[in-house]
Amino acid sequence: MTDWPLLSTVTFLPLVGAALIFLIRDDGASARRNIRNVALLTTLFTFVLSLLIWIGFDEGQAGFQLVEKQPWLDSGISYHMGVDGISMLFVILTTFLMPLCIAASWVSVEKRVKEYMIAFLILETLMIGVFCALDIVLFYTFFEASLIPMFIIIGVWGGKRRVYASFKFFLYTLLGSVLMLLAIMAMFWQAGTTDIPTLMAYDFPEDMQFWLWLAFFASFAVKMPMWPVHTWLPDAHVEAPTAGSVILAGILLKMGGYGFLRFSLPMFPDASAYFAPLVFTLSVVAIIYTSLVALMQEDMKKLIAYSSVAHMGFVTMGIFSMNIEGVQGAIFQMLSHGLVSGALFLCVGVVYDRLHTREIAAYGGLVNNMPRYAVVFLIFTMGNVGLPGTSGFVGEFLTMMGAFRANTWVAFFAAIGVILSAAYALWLYRRVMFGALTKESLKSMLDLSTREKAVIYPLVILTIFFGVYPAPVFDATTASVEALVAHISQATNAAETASVAK
Amino acid sequence: MTTALSTSLSLLGPELILAVGGVLLLMIGVFSGEQRANRLVTGLAVAVLIVALLWMWFHGRDGLAFGGSFVQDAFGRFMKSLALIGSAVTLIMSVGFAKSERFDKFEFPVLIVLCSLGMLLMISANDMLGLYLGLELQSLAIYVLAAFNRDSLRSTEAGLKYFVLGALSSGMLLYGISLVYGYTGHTGFNAIAAALAGSERQLGLVFGLVFVLAGLAFKISAVPFHMWTPDVYEGAPTPITAFMAAAPKMAAMALTVRVTMEAFAPIAADWQQIIVFLSIASMLLGSFAAIGQRNIKRLMAYSSIGHMGFALVGLAANSESGVRGVVLYMAIYLGMTLGTFAVILAMRRKEGNVEQIDDLSGLSTTHPMMALVLTIMMFSLAGIPPLAGFWAKWYVFLAAINSGLYALSVIGVLASVVGAFYYLRLIKIMWFDEPIGSFVPMAGELRLVLGVSAAFTLLYVLIGGPLGNMAQAAAMTFF
Repeated sequence: MTDWPLLSTVTFLPLVGAALIFLIRDDGASARRNIRNVALLTTLFTFVLSLLIWIGFDEGQAGFQLVEKQPWLDSGISYHMGVDGISMLFVILTTFLMPLCIAASWVSVEKRVKEYMIAFLILETLMIGVFCALDIVLFYTFFEASLIPMFIIIGVWGGKRRVYASFKFFLYTLLGSVLMLLAIMAMFWQAGTTDIPTLMAYDFPEDMQFWLWLAFFASFAVKMPMWPVHTWLPDAHVEAPTAGSVILAGILLKMGGYGFLRFSLPMFPDASAYFAPLVFTLSVVAIIYTSLVALMQEDMKKLIAYSSVAHMGFVTMGIFSMNIEGVQGAIFQMLSHGLVSGALFLCVGVVYDRLHTREIAAYGGLVNNMPRYAVVFLIFTMGNVGLPGTSGFVGEFLTMMGAFRANTWVAFFAAIGVILSAAYALWLYRRVMFGALTKESLKSMLDLSTREKAVIYPLVILTIFFGVYPAPVFDATTASVEALVAHISQATNAAETASVAK
Repeated sequence: MTTALSTSLSLLGPELILAVGGVLLLMIGVFSGEQRANRLVTGLAVAVLIVALLWMWFHGRDGLAFGGSFVQDAFGRFMKSLALIGSAVTLIMSVGFAKSERFDKFEFPVLIVLCSLGMLLMISANDMLGLYLGLELQSLAIYVLAAFNRDSLRSTEAGLKYFVLGALSSGMLLYGISLVYGYTGHTGFNAIAAALAGSERQLGLVFGLVFVLAGLAFKISAVPFHMWTPDVYEGAPTPITAFMAAAPKMAAMALTVRVTMEAFAPIAADWQQIIVFLSIASMLLGSFAAIGQRNIKRLMAYSSIGHMGFALVGLAANSESGVRGVVLYMAIYLGMTLGTFAVILAMRRKEGNVEQIDDLSGLSTTHPMMALVLTIMMFSLAGIPPLAGFWAKWYVFLAAINSGLYALSVIGVLASVVGAFYYLRLIKIMWFDEPIGSFVPMAGELRLVLGVSAAFTLLYVLIGGPLGNMAQAAAMTFF
């Protein structure tokens, strides 16, 4: 078992499923059923396998585990995979959300099922690869390649303005990433390697760090997305099909935060400390401004999209507070947001499948004929608000605590954002669920079907479970986060001593 | 004397095969009657090209011939392989087109063989005169090829335009050569380098350098000497456009690399800034001007201008890794171009071939495999990993960063984002738009080319190591 390349298996298993689906030639109803079944089974199996990663994971160890290393291209680029406490849970989150996405598209995707499932399976491989890659070129390859399936998903199965949204998504992200690519090259020449663990230990000269940090920031800030480069996200979310939105909110956004944790902080600690006030400012603006924007949205998905930007503001704030609480909170917030916002998009998908509109004004009084739906929507709304007892609370609380230690004002403004998030989330709930059930079109709507229950209930359980008992997550992340924070403070202290000595 | 001649000739195996083969093919074509001539000669021409390629790999020796004016080395072997592969594949792709478009004249394959001979001579040229002779042999063949469809106004216009502008560029090149000769007293690359290394920098020589590079920039269609490209690409019959996009570009780029790296190596600072300018201008123009194009051949013309700009980024770095970058860029570009043109050749309705990008609407429903391959090609041309086109850009920009060309690199990658826009638009047309009628089934040889080039582009991540090592060996030639 020790020799078995578990990470590679988990990463590339979805690709095998995609190949199988590719071979299904027929286009009848039975073929489509087969395609859906293959996709679902592949993702389920991947999920089960990925749990082995968690089981085999040594929580006391801060370094990388389950490492695989093969020589790959020339000039020292290697195929190097491995997970540590920071990345491991993102892998699990990815494999966990994927079967739910496939199931959520069971009936809502009718045209070109084959291409749809292939795109999702390829996307899964690439997303897992991003979190497992321990070579920076390999990371970049997975990171950028994930644009391809997402572009196709938004463009082919999206809504009315899908072409605009898909182009904006692709070009925005590409623009940020190419600068990171140049930074990777500069790092290669400076350090002579593209190996992430080696680069993390390498001490980049201070003036170089600033440029490299900015180049990485360009990429991850777009991906997160941070204000003011967040404008692609609402468009992409609104136009993407339900499962696409879930993946986008649940995992693709996390790549930015993961990138900050994996590259910006450990590799450029001095620059991170230098730019932390900038990140704090942008985070606070994102939290308050996008919450206000969310308040005024007429479209449910757009509202949730803006709330995602605000929640990612908490993540960047926590990461750049650069203390254990902040970073732990940021990781937890990302995982929790992956569950909660994914679930919210699924909830929107439930009513969208029935009525084919996302206008908030088209709904009202759903609690009368969809009581179960109202309950789960309430739980996720509370999770989004950050009510104690839901997973949303733990992340927001810890990030604010971390920020408080770093900068009190930042925590103060972030707390205002929490109030605003309660305002827009509750108002959304009020407009969709409560009131009199007067609209004719709504009266015949049925409550959650068995399939929808199967998709949404696991998310409900996890949201509450991690809200009450977050220890499993912290157990996994603590060692790595402590090592990271110790590394940063050591590096920044060394820099300070050096500047004092001058 | 005779032994010197025979040693020289023994180094020229592939060139001799092509020369003799070209003459023989002409005879065969003339004497075998109208009906069968084209197919027969095309088949034999492909065979000749492949024999030359195999000869080079299994019997080729390195060395200098004809008093140092001709050189056979690892770099030349790599670039010649690309040129020969490009020629052979475009010939194979032309078979179906020749039949359906009444294009089946046997002179076509013969001219391609002669043109390939010119390319090999260019790549091996180690002397300004050898360079010029190779270039002219290649160019004259292409002038005729561009105007090959003599009943078509567009084709003859393309041929004439290319001829007039090509003659102008040859003139500039010759003028540059004569200036260089005047100031150094030599035409051999090594002798020029030796003369330059030992002397003061002279202004007249810089003029010579500028004229030589201008002439070469015309051949690789780098901005500002690119004006002929869109018109000629659009006007020439499609197989010939494919040929022009693939093979001669390899030879011209190899020549540029050799001239700068070998002859003008001591005055690198002078030519570097010229190459940087050509590169930036080509990348920007290639990216921005392609946005407005509706004709796919014109689009590919602008795309090729942009890609030559990216390849020149590697040359501008003036380092071993830079040359490796250029060499790999050309290899990968060849694969992508051939695949794309295979699709363009397959864009054929009952009424005939079509060339507008809107004709591809909904291709993913009508011809899923064709759409899939073209999608791979477009993402690759846009430089998205893990496809081959990304690695091409990776190596050239890696070299540029190492040489400290930060501004060039930043402008380059930003241009590639702009360029991504029009490649994405093609994908959008194929995947997001509604279908408007289908194409006739694709010919077998096009399927083959499509499959191979798609596999190459997609699987480069797996085979990149060995190819990179070969490119490394090729680049070592100059260092």
